Amino acid sequence: MRVRIDATALGQIKWHDYAARFLFGGLVTAVAGIIANKFGPAIGGLFLAFPAIFPASATLIEKHEKEKKEKEGFEGATRGKEAASIDASGAAMGSIGLLAFALVVWRFVANNNPWLVLAAATLAWLTVSVLVWEIRKET
Amino acid sequence: MTQILVRFLVGGAVVSAFAAVGDMLKPKSFAGLFGAAPSVALATLGLTLFAEGGSYTAIEGRSMIAGAAALFAYASVVSWIMMRYKLNALMITTCSIPLWFAVAFSAWYLCIK
Repeated sequence: MRVRIDATALGQIKWHDYAARFLFGGLVTAVAGIIANKFGPAIGGLFLAFPAIFPASATLIEKHEKEKKEKEGFEGATRGKEAASIDASGAAMGSIGLLAFALVVWRFVANNNPWLVLAAATLAWLTVSVLVWEIRKET
Repeated sequence: MTQILVRFLVGGAVVSAFAAVGDMLKPKSFAGLFGAAPSVALATLGLTLFAEGGSYTAIEGRSMIAGAAALFAYASVVSWIMMRYKLNALMITTCSIPLWFAVAFSAWYLCIK
């Protein structure tokens, strides 16, 4: 399995799907800020890994795969669910990377250049996620 | 109010950007990695750094470890249920949200607090 980039996929997504992601992403970020202000950063920090757009994304994938199969004349419901399930297993692997992101922020942000730490944490997320994906692919 | 609006706009933009990258990637399992991208975290922590500084941000990062563990449990369970039961994705992903809360707050209380 090789990783590929297909920019045409962006054209298949409807404007209301983009709007839903923007809305949920914005809402969770705003709510995380409100919670941190009200209950402190220890509680607010939990919500930085909240599955904000997960339901919207999974529904979108299920719908697209189902429609694609049905256009080809096949039953699409099962394929739609399988595709959403595979995407969710990818998110589980990505969440291990997210743990690495949080560890880097926690350990280094207070005593170093914070912007460099955020960049390093993002790199840690990507590296760990891809490593876990590669290991899982091999097994 | 202005701060909340800025958070909403920055969060919406960052989350949408990561989701768009995920849309372009194949295979699906690799694209799924972007379902756990640090999009909300980057938007929130970036704004927090401006307003509160590094020490406050570090506390949020520490608690985020519990949130990430909860996301792992949530995504794993959602994937498992979707593969085995004939329920639609919206129902499974939405009904499983309480699992995220349970794991996040338990892990925070037991290991981090």
